[in-house]
Amino acid sequence: MNTPVLEAKHLGIAFGGLKAVDDFNITINEGELVGLIGPNGAGKTTVFNLLTGVYQPTEGAFFLNGDKMNGKKMHEVVRAGIARTFQNIRLFKSMTVLENVMVAFEMNYKYKLADAFFRAPRYWKDEEEIKEKAIDLLRIFNLESKADYIANNLPYGQQRKLEIARALATGMKLLLLDEPAAGMNPTETAELLSCINVIRERFGIAILLIEHDMSLVMKICERIVVIDYGVTIARGLPKEIAENPKVIAAYLGADDEMDVEDDTKEGA
Amino acid sequence: MKKLSMKSTIINFVVLFIVFGILIVLCETGILSNYIKGILMVCCISIIMACSQNITVGYLGQIALGGAGFMGIGAYTAAMITKAMASANILVGDGAPDTLRFLIATLAGGILAAIFGVLVGIPALRLRGDYLAIITLGFGEIIRVVIQNLKFLGGKGFSEGSAGQALVGINRIANLYVVFWVMVVSVALMFTFIRSKYGRAIIAIRNDDIAASASGLNVTFYKVLAFTVSSFFAGIAGGVFAHYIGSLSAASFGWLKSTEYVIMVVFGGMGSLTGSVIAAISLSALPEALREFSNYRMLAYSVALIIVMVYKPTGLLGTYEISVTRLLNRIMGKKEPSLHAIKAEVEASKASEEDKEVQ
Ligand SMILES: Nc1ncnc2c1ncn2[C@@H]1O[C@H](COP(=O)(O)OP(=O)(O)O)[C@@H](O)[C@H]1O
Ligand SMILES: [Mg+2]
Repeated sequence: MNTPVLEAKHLGIAFGGLKAVDDFNITINEGELVGLIGPNGAGKTTVFNLLTGVYQPTEGAFFLNGDKMNGKKMHEVVRAGIARTFQNIRLFKSMTVLENVMVAFEMNYKYKLADAFFRAPRYWKDEEEIKEKAIDLLRIFNLESKADYIANNLPYGQQRKLEIARALATGMKLLLLDEPAAGMNPTETAELLSCINVIRERFGIAILLIEHDMSLVMKICERIVVIDYGVTIARGLPKEIAENPKVIAAYLGADDEMDVEDDTKEGA
Repeated sequence: MKKLSMKSTIINFVVLFIVFGILIVLCETGILSNYIKGILMVCCISIIMACSQNITVGYLGQIALGGAGFMGIGAYTAAMITKAMASANILVGDGAPDTLRFLIATLAGGILAAIFGVLVGIPALRLRGDYLAIITLGFGEIIRVVIQNLKFLGGKGFSEGSAGQALVGINRIANLYVVFWVMVVSVALMFTFIRSKYGRAIIAIRNDDIAASASGLNVTFYKVLAFTVSSFFAGIAGGVFAHYIGSLSAASFGWLKSTEYVIMVVFGGMGSLTGSVIAAISLSALPEALREFSNYRMLAYSVALIIVMVYKPTGLLGTYEISVTRLLNRIMGKKEPSLHAIKAEVEASKASEEDKEVQ
């Protein structure tokens, strides 16, 4: 059997006394789309932060294509092949849409400092090539006509898409999407869905998706992992998850609370 | 892209040659007094300094206040080198030899300042915001105090604890024509640097350093790089200064001097090199132009600053760059290449403490 793209073993982190994530295990194979769900505050984003080197796990380990990733800094994890988007969009707001993507092609530039200072042929060649690559990526998201817009001026849905495009530019093997449909209207969500499908076809990458929109998760995820209070309470096929009493209890119990927290987050 | 850029490079250099031509005519016919030439020289030095500080303060968005310290390193290094070369009788003589000696020494001054930039930048840039401002200010002062006490630079030695003599007898071999081109090349190099992947990375880090890391950028590397490039050009400015003024005292590289250049950056627009050029010229020339009002001139200077900051908090130009090519296109009624580029001055939301919790 092939080595899985991502394998997390007994991953855990504690903030002071609070175990935000405990004994988290996951295996994702090439081309797979796995959902990570759970009520608000369950620790989903923290899992992403662990998998991208924002936090170092206090327990366990995770492997990308069999290579241990513990102890790597954020940019090293990205270079190894794990890219992400953020729950609260983090774009380079003052830069253009095109520049946002070009920045993330970091590993594709071959020119050196002296080439940049003196605009050597290598500078022009790389800049031209990467600009084209970036525009190709933007095209997938129907953003190529907005290439010269300042990122902050894009409508919300397009900002989300731009963030995904930027993540793709890193040339990752595993893409982590943190609530990409949050705050989107149904049209935008449908568009996002088709984008995700295109990405999977084009790049054949593995995706781990955090999403609140249950219908979306059920529709596109091949497998689902559910966590609550940092603990994995269920895993399996979408159908199994939908019928799992523990999951239903966790969601029903947290439902009101969820809305309240969402509001405070919007206001913050 | 390349063609377009080539065209505007040529246009820019044509304009620069015209400016240079005017300068030559004015100097050779004696219209410009030595006093005015001196002001022009100070303008050139200020331009290099303001642009160099803009790289860290403006583009990288890190308030570093030690600029004058690195200028001092460049100045003293360059001065010692031309002195040493003069006493060994290398490249001494009016015209080309002196100019070459000046250029070599100034370049060396820039390189040593850059090396110190790396050494200071690595520990300092771990901090940010006011902490970084304080630590760079501290490093700047350390540099000044060390220079002040070094015996071979005119100091009395560290055991004395009081300022020594100025370093005198530096050949005043900074020629205005040469300095003009040193300034032009410096600004051009900083411009190409900013308009490359390096500059983009630096601006991205200012916008959001977590997103920058998540895009694969080694944030520490780029921060130190920006600081180093900035220090290099501060060193160059120092080298020019030393050979214009002829004597150096460490006191002239204190934190007040650093602040002066940061003010130029803020005044012209953080993230606009042309803004820094305009600010450097006006803030260097303004106090001179107001000389007849004697004591009131510093008041006028402050008022000018306050007016700009009140009515244009992002500085004169914000992040906008003045382009001669664009100006020509407009005069000739041509369409601009990127018509749908929407210009917006987005103040990158400063990473507050809360913001650090990655969501
Ligand atoms: N840096 C941190 N310090 C302390 N507690 C944290 C930190 N990051 C997350 N937490 C806590 O961990 C829990 C899980 O948060 P999070 O992963 O954001 O949940 P969600 O599933 O909604 O994405 C929350 O209780 C949160 O307060
Ligand atoms: Mg979350």
